[in-house]
Amino acid sequence: MATKSMGDIEKIKKKLNVLIVDDDPLNLIIHEKIIKAIGGISQTANNGEEAVLIHRDGGSSFDLILMDKEMPERDGVSTTKKLREMEVKSMIVGVTSLADNEEERRAFMEAGLNHCLAKPLTKDKIIPLINQLMDA
Amino acid sequence: MLGLGVDRLQADINRLLTSLFHQGVLDEQFLQLQQLQDETSPTFVYDVINIYFDESEKLLRSLRLLLMDREFSDYKKIGLHLNQLVGSSSSIGARRVRNVCVAFRSASELNNRPGCLRGLEVVEHEYNYLKNMMHELFQLEQQRLLAAGVRYPM
Repeated sequence: MATKSMGDIEKIKKKLNVLIVDDDPLNLIIHEKIIKAIGGISQTANNGEEAVLIHRDGGSSFDLILMDKEMPERDGVSTTKKLREMEVKSMIVGVTSLADNEEERRAFMEAGLNHCLAKPLTKDKIIPLINQLMDA
Repeated sequence: MLGLGVDRLQADINRLLTSLFHQGVLDEQFLQLQQLQDETSPTFVYDVINIYFDESEKLLRSLRLLLMDREFSDYKKIGLHLNQLVGSSSSIGARRVRNVCVAFRSASELNNRPGCLRGLEVVEHEYNYLKNMMHELFQLEQQRLLAAGVRYPM
């Protein structure tokens, strides 16, 4: 009889761990709720600098980072570049607004994003990316 | 009798929501918020909408102060505030508020002060209408919960 390996069992049991980086309290509460609704757990950072500090302190490992683009102190582009320099391997998904043009979105992607999504975020937009993560 | 009261209130809530969707005041994103509400966060929609109102009022006050200043020239700041308003209005499904903010933003991109002042008045009007409708919705919801014998801190 085929048995599941410990790795498979751990993968199924492990909750998706997400870092939500956004300065907008409204987006933070909504995105946290979406992650919870799809069975994940989340931590928040109010700007890019906080996100960098969370990783610098060590011990933090996220499956997914939802990165807002426009933030004070350190914006999404700069934060993504910094995290990749720090060899953070998490899937980083940029969250852009309608105000962002194609050039701005491209620059954001080139900073090291895996994907880019436009606000407002919904479960339907995030679930395909989670499935990709789970399959990886 | 208790059941009839709950049913009637639910019908009133459905009627109000249908009207708001029909008028274009709300869009699909509001439904997304409602779907996120569950037993673990029974006041989720109420909490989110109240955050939206708090943040929006700060932005609207700031916009008014900027535009009332005779020496005003910081259209970039107007644009930044409006980007925030467009974003947050989209996040809660406030379609009409979002749309009038986009129109206002166009005036600010042209450095058109009279256009900005008109834009601000329209945004304030739409925002106040939305706020009144949301208060009516929450009052009906609160009455429905009371009629059903449910108690949540509000």
